[in-house]
Amino acid sequence: MEATAVREDSLQVSHLSTGYSDRKVIQDLDLPVFRAGEVHSLVGPNAAGKSTLMRALAGLQKATGSVRLGGQELIGLSLAEHARRVTYMPQTLPQGVALSVLESLVAALRASAIGERSESHDAAERRAVAVLERVGILHLALEGLDHLSGGQRQLVSLAQALAREPRVLLLDEPISALDLHHQLRVMRLVHDLARERGMIVLMVLHDLQIAARWSDGIVMLSRGAVSATGKPAEAITPEALARVYGVQARVEHCSRGGLQIMVDDVVTADAM
Amino acid sequence: MHAQPRAGAQPAATAEEVLAQYRRLVGRRIAIVAGLALACIAAFALDLVTGPSALTAMQVLGGVISPDSLTPPQAAIVWQVRLPYALIAVLVGAALSLAGAEMQTILNNPLASPFTLGVSSAASFGAALAIVSGISLPFIPVDWMVPLNAFAFAFGSVLLLQLMASRRGAGVETVVLLGIALVFAFNALVALMQFVSSQEALQQLVFWSMGSLSRATWGNVWVLGLVLLLVTPFSMLAAGRLTSLRLGEDRARSFGVDVGRLRFMALLRVSLLAATSVAFVGTIGFIGLVGPHMARLLLGEDHRFLLPASVLCGALIMSLASAASKAIVPGVLMPVGIVTAIVGVPVFLFLIFRRPERS
Repeated sequence: MEATAVREDSLQVSHLSTGYSDRKVIQDLDLPVFRAGEVHSLVGPNAAGKSTLMRALAGLQKATGSVRLGGQELIGLSLAEHARRVTYMPQTLPQGVALSVLESLVAALRASAIGERSESHDAAERRAVAVLERVGILHLALEGLDHLSGGQRQLVSLAQALAREPRVLLLDEPISALDLHHQLRVMRLVHDLARERGMIVLMVLHDLQIAARWSDGIVMLSRGAVSATGKPAEAITPEALARVYGVQARVEHCSRGGLQIMVDDVVTADAM
Repeated sequence: MHAQPRAGAQPAATAEEVLAQYRRLVGRRIAIVAGLALACIAAFALDLVTGPSALTAMQVLGGVISPDSLTPPQAAIVWQVRLPYALIAVLVGAALSLAGAEMQTILNNPLASPFTLGVSSAASFGAALAIVSGISLPFIPVDWMVPLNAFAFAFGSVLLLQLMASRRGAGVETVVLLGIALVFAFNALVALMQFVSSQEALQQLVFWSMGSLSRATWGNVWVLGLVLLLVTPFSMLAAGRLTSLRLGEDRARSFGVDVGRLRFMALLRVSLLAATSVAFVGTIGFIGLVGPHMARLLLGEDHRFLLPASVLCGALIMSLASAASKAIVPGVLMPVGIVTAIVGVPVFLFLIFRRPERS
């Protein structure tokens, strides 16, 4: 993959409101500044508004407020303009699609212009193959999407998003179907690419341990509002876990620098 | 299942090897499309030489190339009967199949087609209305009133589908269910028209709703040919975006594809293709369903290949069906809609029963 100049943009989200016509999911939300090259994780219980927030940031859902990338306001941009800068990876890849892995990546690249470039088929094919190699699934290139396992599909889905080399990469549960080995591989890959390209990564994760290990920052969301935020050790605390998830947990700093989160029980009503 | 390229690749294949394999695959696809085109020409010729009159194949084909080689009555058969029939078969097959391919992609439903979503039924009703009421408009020849009215209703039904598709919160399933409702509604209305119509109108109506190429005129051939020529380039321009839509709506939008607009433009093309076809030849079912599926089995869903292959598969099946409709009972020209339905229903069932194993 050719070298991409490291950018120094940051993503600033302020006063963001979004949701559906009958129900606001997120209201007047401010997020910490995400700097180029950083990986942030969005965590929180089910129905906290994580996916809605991601879709709003991706420009897929109407939102008010401000989402600034560098000097550019993203809210109100057309889908095509948005897609030059931001790529969103949904949780699932549809079933029953008669495309090979490589074809799906070429389709992702050719759907609209990326940054300043609009790729020829030849260039798109080369870039797609390079991404497959990097993700470690080059051997699946000509395999049909329908013949893949759940984990392989998730890797392909990630590769499609990575191939567009966005400035902001939004991943909705990128490792939920992966085994331990591949979970770590994907996290390392995303982390390394963020650093190399100066890409801003925001992902929804359920595994707090992994979020803590690989993120520069954590945003803990609860009922559409930020409940805790900061470096992993600052955001993931027993108090926050009790408040947001309703669990009794211990958070320990282990000797190798990581956080260990041990969940003991649910918080009972009288303990709250 | 479908012609998916199973990787013959060794796990250790290099990027260059994979690229080379992929390019060979693309080459093979181009060859398949070319093969389909040849098969189309052959089927067209077969359709052309099949018929009740005592003309040999060589006479017909010779007569197409040089009309002077035939006696005037023979030339009339070849030029006024055989050629327009055979050409309209190719065009209708191509148009319905392209319409079906685009519908299946934008509605994300393998069972979508102009026939299954009520476009054909709407056209039938429009035609029935014109036949029974005998309405006429100034400046429009009487024999164009039936196709024009059929077109108006078909177009209206697609706009209705479109309206549903673009309504917020309406899923693709809603559109498909609405389409099925349209089928029943219009079929009931056509039955009502048949019930109240005169003997003479009834005969014309039944004939119309069966779908037959025998009404084809050179005027029809030109109009449908022009529509196809006009619409196909726009379909091909949208091919890349249609392919990316197969990866999911949110994903495609995140890749910068304005899915709402893509859907609207595609339905517009579908309505032009389907409504014009149905207006001229009546209800010919299943071509719009079977053509795209055959193309998909052969080539997968890269729309750069899927769309042209759908056009060719539709034309091929329709030419063969047309030839069969003349040959099954010697001397009797069976409405071609009956033939396509007989062939189409088993394929339709096959598609339905194959679905669960995918999810």
